[in-house]
Amino acid sequence: MPANRFNAFTDYGVGIGLRVPHYDHILCRKPVVDWFEIISENYMIDGGRPLRMLDAILDQYRVVQHGVSMYFGNAQPLNRDHLRRLKELTKRTKTPWLSDHLCWGSVDGRYTHDLLPLPYTFEAVRNTAQRIREVQDFIEIPIAVENVSSYAEFHESEMTEWEFLNEVVEAADCGILLDVNNIYVSSQNHGFDPMEYVNSVPAERVAQMHIAGHSKFERYTLDTHDHPVLDPVWKLYERAIERCGPTATLLEWDDNIPSFDEVHAEALKAMRFLEPARALELDEVMA
Amino acid sequence: MSLLELQRRMAEDVRRPLAAGFAMQTVTEDGTLMEERAASYITPNPQLSSFERLEIYNRQYWFRVIGAVSEDFPAVNAVLGERRFDALVLAYLKEHASISWTLRDLGAKLPEFLEEHPELAGRRYRLAVDVARLEWAYVDAFDGERLEPLSLAELAGIGPESRFELQPHLRLLELSYPVEDLVLAVRRGTPETEMSSSASQERSGPAELRLPAMRRRTVYLAVHRYDDQVYYRRIGPEAFRLLGALQEGRTLAESLTAAFVGKTVSAGRQAQVVQECLAHASQLGWLCAPRVEERPA
Ligand SMILES: [Fe+2]
Repeated sequence: MPANRFNAFTDYGVGIGLRVPHYDHILCRKPVVDWFEIISENYMIDGGRPLRMLDAILDQYRVVQHGVSMYFGNAQPLNRDHLRRLKELTKRTKTPWLSDHLCWGSVDGRYTHDLLPLPYTFEAVRNTAQRIREVQDFIEIPIAVENVSSYAEFHESEMTEWEFLNEVVEAADCGILLDVNNIYVSSQNHGFDPMEYVNSVPAERVAQMHIAGHSKFERYTLDTHDHPVLDPVWKLYERAIERCGPTATLLEWDDNIPSFDEVHAEALKAMRFLEPARALELDEVMA
Repeated sequence: MSLLELQRRMAEDVRRPLAAGFAMQTVTEDGTLMEERAASYITPNPQLSSFERLEIYNRQYWFRVIGAVSEDFPAVNAVLGERRFDALVLAYLKEHASISWTLRDLGAKLPEFLEEHPELAGRRYRLAVDVARLEWAYVDAFDGERLEPLSLAELAGIGPESRFELQPHLRLLELSYPVEDLVLAVRRGTPETEMSSSASQERSGPAELRLPAMRRRTVYLAVHRYDDQVYYRRIGPEAFRLLGALQEGRTLAESLTAAFVGKTVSAGRQAQVVQECLAHASQLGWLCAPRVEERPA
């Protein structure tokens, strides 16, 4: 189940985000890590140290690309320059699948550099699915779209977020990067039951999962990636793994980044849920 | 409202400059109440009004872009002080919205912008412009393209009519102040970070620095990358002009003329300067073959 056509039938285990403060540790100590996720845009450059570091990592580790500026939900045509550079990078990393967000972020050539929420309309479903298909055709690697954290909802919406996600991935025939922390953050901001969301996701399309920490403020919850994973998020993760099987999982930690060992130890807590799921899967195969 | 209309409206709102105290403006340029405008497309919830929900994105946008530009110019920040620097970045971003999918290029025009706006710099105007130019040259040298330099055999074959492509990450600067030590000192105290992540951002403060006294004096710098490190190399005025002419695609002979134009320098001295300059340039891998223009088949 977890190794499916949306992650190119891989079984990647638990990864962590590749971040600059950890470069030295990784290259000197060569810790055992299942895989690293990179932010594609940080390596879509012409040359220099970041690419040299990436090559050194690629020599020893598996790397999966995660993007932040595809904006599948933009109402206007795709940026060809961006796509070309992205495809070039995939040849370097040999990423088995590629993820970016189910959101929009630019219009009329002006960029917000944010992951802005979409109105959950049928027009947005058609538009977004069409663009995902175009990207998939061009890049020729399975695409997984990630649900984002959001702080606003629109009058225009005609369905729930999870219904929207279902509609889009069916119409685009693509995978899902299920971010259970984002589900939790949005559920706090919009007052829905996060478990209902997790239970509604088409399990057979989940290529990867994200776990992360967030910050609770008085009147809203912000997706800050600067904390360990909180209990309600682990609960959602447990349920998601129960539904999807042992799925490639990544811990996101982008701010106030602690030592490599601390981040890795936090990520490996996911094994509590992955290992029983793996054993269960094995039993089913043997039976 | 169509998807495109909604995105245009929201993008305009998200990118509108903040009011004092990092709050969203209450009235738009044409007098519309933001409360009404936000409510026209964003639903409220029991905790937050439409205005407040939109404000989260408005603030996040400005934190992110201000953070991205500020990160590339820590030494300008140190020279101008935090208050002036913040005002500069804000004024710059109001005129230069991001037109690229990457945040990397967002600060590209800041040195030019500062040069055109002395009122934003105060009495350290010239110095600040020099620092800004050097800091942007650093960004270009850090991850600019690198071409394969000419081999020794190819170098042996060069003559007066040779043309070169100089290493794309090489930047040549003429500055009014010797600011490179200052920039280096600030950079040493500033940790390297990534351009992009998908997390929400809050702002972090700049490094404090005591500035050394500095006398005005023209210096010429070659900013380049060697073995993944960026270096600031002092060069002479003749070497600056020679390399500049080569960079523009002129022949070696033409570039030599440009290097010594208006100067009475003995032929022997000229030869020595040129030899040294080319020897360094080739050692550092700056001389590359001109790119062949791609012609349509
Ligand atoms: Fe995520």
